[in-house]
Amino acid sequence: MSILVIDDEVQIRKLLEITLNSNDYHTLLASTAREGITTAVVHPPDLIVLDLGLPDEDGQVVLRKLREWYLGAIIILSVRSSEEDIVKALDNGANDYLTKPFRTGELLARIRTALRQTQNAPQIQKLEFDNLVIDLTSRIVTLDNEPVKLTATEYSLLVLLAKNDGKVLTHSYILRNIWGPGYTLQSQYLRVFVGQLRKKIEPNSNIPKFILTESGIGYRFCTKVDE
Amino acid sequence: MNIKYFNQSSFSQFLICIVVTIFVSIICYSLSNLIGYHSVALLLMATVSILAIFFTLYPVLLAATMSALIWDYFFIPPHFTFHVGSSEDILLLMMYFVIALINGVLTSKIRGMEKLELQKEERHNAIKLYKTLFDSLSHELRTPIATIVGASDNLLQKDSNVSEIDKSKLIDEISIAAFRLNRLIDNLLNMQRLESGMLKVKLDWCEINELINSPVNRLNDELSTHNLQIQIQDDFPIIKLDFGLIEQILFNLLHNEILYTPNDSTIYISANLSNNNLIICISDNGKGFSDDELKLLFTKFYRSAAKTTGGTGLGLSIVKGFVEAHGGNVKVENNIPHGAKFTLEIPVEVLQMEDYKDFTNIELQS
Repeated sequence: MSILVIDDEVQIRKLLEITLNSNDYHTLLASTAREGITTAVVHPPDLIVLDLGLPDEDGQVVLRKLREWYLGAIIILSVRSSEEDIVKALDNGANDYLTKPFRTGELLARIRTALRQTQNAPQIQKLEFDNLVIDLTSRIVTLDNEPVKLTATEYSLLVLLAKNDGKVLTHSYILRNIWGPGYTLQSQYLRVFVGQLRKKIEPNSNIPKFILTESGIGYRFCTKVDE
Repeated sequence: MNIKYFNQSSFSQFLICIVVTIFVSIICYSLSNLIGYHSVALLLMATVSILAIFFTLYPVLLAATMSALIWDYFFIPPHFTFHVGSSEDILLLMMYFVIALINGVLTSKIRGMEKLELQKEERHNAIKLYKTLFDSLSHELRTPIATIVGASDNLLQKDSNVSEIDKSKLIDEISIAAFRLNRLIDNLLNMQRLESGMLKVKLDWCEINELINSPVNRLNDELSTHNLQIQIQDDFPIIKLDFGLIEQILFNLLHNEILYTPNDSTIYISANLSNNNLIICISDNGKGFSDDELKLLFTKFYRSAAKTTGGTGLGLSIVKGFVEAHGGNVKVENNIPHGAKFTLEIPVEVLQMEDYKDFTNIELQS
C-alpha cells in the first residue's frame, strides 16, 4: 500500500514518513501542490494525505483537481479547524479530515478506514457491529438478538451511516441522500431523527457508541479499527 | 467636569455661544431700565465667563466680541450707535476681551492637563495589562516548552540509564505539555476573536445531549480524577444556537472545575429550558470562592489564588465574552453547602414540533 503525503512542513513530513513506514505503508512525499499532483500522476498512490495550507496553491483547489481523476482515498490534514473549511473539503471529495495537532493513532485508524472503503465494495447483505446487526435483505435490525422497531426514515438513516462506517458524513450529504436535494438545509430534523435513533440502538444515548457527532460538520458511524 | 462637552463639534459650540449671548442680551435689554447699563456689562461678562468653562477658545472669543458689540450698540448711550462716550466705558469694553481671553486660555489649559492625565492613566493601565499578559504568557509558554526540551534531551542521551518505564513517563509528559500549549493557543485565538470584534455567532439547530457531551468527551482523560453527574431535563427539544461557541464555553468551565477542585470532587452539570432560555449549571462540591474572588473571577488575566497549575486567566473572560456575544449572561456564586456554581443563561430558538410532524410525512427518496 502506498500513501502520498503532501505537506509543506518538513517536520510533519518526517513524522508521517516514520509513522507510515513503521506501519508497513510505502510513503511518498511532496512539499508543494505542483509536486504533489505530479507525484500522484506518476505513481498513483492508494491514499493521499493532503495539507490545506500549501505555499503554491490553495489545498481546496488541489483537492478538486485531484478529484477530477483520482479515485483513491484523500484525507485532509490541516491546522484550519473551522467547520466551513472542513465541510467544504468533504464536499470537494475528501474522504476524511484531521486537524493538527493530531494523534498518530487516530490518523492510522482513519487511513485504515478510508482504505477499506475505497478498496472493497462487495455486495454486503449483513452489517455487524458488536451487538448491532443490520440485515439489508430482510430490512431487520437487531440489538443483542432482539429486533429493534425502526420507522422507514430511521432505518434509511441507520443504513446510510452504517454503510459508510468510519466515514464522516456531512449534514447536507445525509439530508440530500435520505430526504432529497430540497431538504439540505433542514438540519434540525436530522437532529431529531438521530436523537430518536440513538434512543433505540445506543445502550446509553448520552454517550453514543455507534453514531458519533462531529460538531458543526456531521455524523460518523462507529469505527471498529480503533480497538 | 462633564466630559461630554469636550466632544461637542465646534459648529455646535459656536451656535450655542451665539444663542446664549443673544438670549442673555434680550433679557438684559428688557431689564435695562431697572438695572442700568453698567450692570448689563457685568451680566454679559459673567455669561462669557460661564461659556468659557464649557467651550474652547474661539467660540468664547466670538461670544465676547458679540456681547461687547451688543453692549456698545444697544446699551451705551447714545443707543443704536457704536460711539463710546466716556473713557470708563472704553475701559470696560476692553475688559471684555481681557476676561474672555484669560478665561478661555485658562480653561483650555486645564482641559489639556486633564486630558494628558487621562491618557497617562490609560497608558499606565495598558502597560500593566500587557505586563500581566506577558508575565503570564511567558510562564505558561515556557513551562511546557521546558518540559518538552528537558524530557526529549533525556530521551536523546545515548548512554542514559533511564528505565523503559521512566522513558514512557517522559514521553507522556511531552505529550501533555504539547496539548497544554495547544490549549493555550486556542484560548489566545479565542481572546483575539473577541477583542477584534471578528466573532460572528453562527446559529444552527442542535441537540442538547450532543452539546453537553462534546466537551465532556474532549476532557475524558482529565475527568478521570473527578466524579461527574449530568442531569438533562426530559424531552428536551431541539434548540438553535452556536454549537462551537457554547461548546467552548462549557469546555473552559469544565476544564476550570478540573483544575481548581481537589481530586475526587464531584462536578455537576445540569441543563434546563425555561421560557426559551437555555439554563446550564456547572457546579462542584469543592471549596468555592471568597467574596473578593467572586467579584474578580471574570476579569481578564485574573487568576485564583487557590492553585497555581496552568491557566492564563483567560478562560473565564472568554466564557463571559462568548456568552455575551450570544446575548446571554453568566454568573457565579457559591454552592450550598460548599463549592462553586456557574450558571449560564442563553436565549435560544426552540424547534416547534408541528413543523417536524410535516417533515416525517415526506416521501422518502429510496
